[in-house]
Amino acid sequence: MDFEDTPAESAFRTEARAWLESATRRRGTADREDAISPPPLSERLAAARAFQRKKQEAGFAAITLPRRYGGRGGSAIEQLIYLQEEAHFENFGVVEIFGVGIGMCIPTILNNGSEEQRARYLHAAIRGDEIWCQLFSEPAGGSDVAAARTSAKQDGDSWIIEGQKTWTSGAHFSDFGIITTRTDPKAPKHRGMTVFILDMRADGVEVRPIRQMSNETDFNEVFFNGVRVPDSFRLGQVNDGWSVALSTLMHERAGIGGRSRDLGWRGLLHLANANTMNGAPASSDWRIAEKIVDSWLIEFGAQLLSARGQTALSKGQAPGPEQSILKMLKAPLLQQNAYLAMEILGESGLLTQAALGDAWREVENAWTFGAGIRIAGGTDEILRNIVAERVLGLPPDIRIDKTVPFSEVPI
Amino acid sequence: MNFDFSDEQKAFGEQTRRMLDALDPIADARSTLAGQIPYSAKAWRGLARLGFQAVTIPSEHGGLGLSPLDLCTAAAEVGRSLAPVPSLSSAYVCSEAIRLFGSEAQQARWLPGIADGSIIGTWAAPERGVELMQTTVRTQFLKDSLWGAKAPVLDGVVADLAIVLAATDRAAPILTLCELNATGVHRRELESLDPSRPVAELTFEAARAEPLGTADWRAWETIQARAAVLLAFEQVGAADRALWMARDYALTRKSFGRPIGSYQAVKHKLAAVYAKNEVARAHAYYGAWAIASDADTLQLAAAGARLAATEALSFAAQENIQTHGGVGFTWESDCHLFYRRARHAALILGPTSVWKQRALTGLTEQLESTLS
Repeated sequence: MDFEDTPAESAFRTEARAWLESATRRRGTADREDAISPPPLSERLAAARAFQRKKQEAGFAAITLPRRYGGRGGSAIEQLIYLQEEAHFENFGVVEIFGVGIGMCIPTILNNGSEEQRARYLHAAIRGDEIWCQLFSEPAGGSDVAAARTSAKQDGDSWIIEGQKTWTSGAHFSDFGIITTRTDPKAPKHRGMTVFILDMRADGVEVRPIRQMSNETDFNEVFFNGVRVPDSFRLGQVNDGWSVALSTLMHERAGIGGRSRDLGWRGLLHLANANTMNGAPASSDWRIAEKIVDSWLIEFGAQLLSARGQTALSKGQAPGPEQSILKMLKAPLLQQNAYLAMEILGESGLLTQAALGDAWREVENAWTFGAGIRIAGGTDEILRNIVAERVLGLPPDIRIDKTVPFSEVPI
Repeated sequence: MNFDFSDEQKAFGEQTRRMLDALDPIADARSTLAGQIPYSAKAWRGLARLGFQAVTIPSEHGGLGLSPLDLCTAAAEVGRSLAPVPSLSSAYVCSEAIRLFGSEAQQARWLPGIADGSIIGTWAAPERGVELMQTTVRTQFLKDSLWGAKAPVLDGVVADLAIVLAATDRAAPILTLCELNATGVHRRELESLDPSRPVAELTFEAARAEPLGTADWRAWETIQARAAVLLAFEQVGAADRALWMARDYALTRKSFGRPIGSYQAVKHKLAAVYAKNEVARAHAYYGAWAIASDADTLQLAAAGARLAATEALSFAAQENIQTHGGVGFTWESDCHLFYRRARHAALILGPTSVWKQRALTGLTEQLESTLS
């Protein structure tokens, strides 16, 4: 038992670190993940694209993807090591901008697409030339991915798409999307869906930003009014879209669940040392201190669980089922941490960073992002269902809509 | 990164599981409840045949000369089986205390017997009615003799010797080694919440004892932390078993026309049990690493292992009863055996509040070291 790299892993880490040193700069302690007043989107996109292209040319952009599609043909452990190293460097927002495409859409095309589709899209996405989004959630179905009502009707050798998607991250700057549609409303829900590649600039696609509770706009509503999609843009077989969508979702949860610079026990303890309660440092008050210890238990436990996942990858094995609880652990923790930080400040905890200074933004972000991340990419409730059914083997929920024609399912 | 046990270590765990499964230790645990036996001699002998008690003892003293890391997978199986054996008292505390802090003569005298399971050791630290602290130890070690009373002492009725924490005329208490069959030692069984881990009160009236090497309070904290990690593996093993008992019952028991395990109220609860178990297992692994590598963070790692394992077993045991409904509340059900073990394990090496204090100390040190 150890926490050391194997010689091959160590060599790869050195290579990745050396490249990062040459291509970008280390993050300083003063750097914040979310700049107070970010530069305009066009500038951010240009910087992200430039760094993504450098990554691709150096072979770090999609490490597990085969070389013929622009990847490195490397292993999952190399991918993880690279990400661990990149976390220490300025990466120009490439995770926020390319994460959905490279993390979810590209594997979906690799697994379900034709050879022509792979050749057309994979390399361009990895180089940062084209940005992708995922068009699954709808107003009437978020967790229930198979409830898609957006329709696609065949018209000659193309399809006409009508309907609406929502919660689409990055739709406002994406070139392409992967979309689930209803192609046979007479069939039960899982057997009447088809997945397409969608050109986000096609006629009839309208993107409207959604203003979030954090006053940011990261995601959107997307409307489709008679959008024509060639049949060559179809991914997988007609009415077999559910299996394609599942393969996308399998890649989703791996990428969600807390960022490296989120408010954690260190931030809380630091804050508790610096503020007083009953005339002494708040960290000496057990009403506060005990909560910090409890927070550490989960935060460090999740870190150790990740180390178990890394161990499996290092041995060339699939990570164990325990990895499925990571997001379930970390997302609610973020909310709790934010509450505790505010509690430590007493009445002043209700003020914002405008009054409390830039550093307080970390707490505000944990407070809002914590609420959102419990929903995004599988709600806490869906994740508990997944653990109960796939890990513990408990029966699936009773589903009254599973065997009837989708058109007869009540809205 | 190799944050896992080796194939040999896993095989030792599986071997231990097979041996214990064949012995039906739950039946022995029930016999301890009925007061028929103080512990399972056959499970203890079975463990000795596999070398469980000998793992960390040096080969010159009849042991296998391995690391405590090699004991963890088997400890989890002892916990899973609920076997009523003096694993914590003899193998995790007394044996390790003598190996780490005893003189050469003390090691030669006691370790071979502990290694083959013929000698059972324990420790005697807490005293009734007072919080165990460096400054509160009332038992005295004066002129080679112990005076005072200790309780609760795990396996104190059957143990042959004990590591006794005692005050001296010096400032800080020390660890002493006392043969419990010597004159001046009186044993009285006390009723435990978990009779499969029986406890006693030991009274010393000029009982002959000797210092355990130069072991002091700091040594005691080290011993306690190392034992806490091994006990955490027992707790995680028991928590796993409680979870799968609840899961199996939820699959067979039907209410309102379908298995209760198909209701989200039950599914989500058992998913929460699973999550706590996995967090506890991860902390226990880290504790094992910290012991094996003598890490500076041993106290913090042990606190993490102990706190997470205590939380996991408490939750798994209580929700196992809840999932079983009325049946879970009966004497016939095994549910209460896990519920008993959960509380016993939560308290026997010091309560949660003590370990949270240690964790905070460790976290404060870590924060200061990154800031400086």
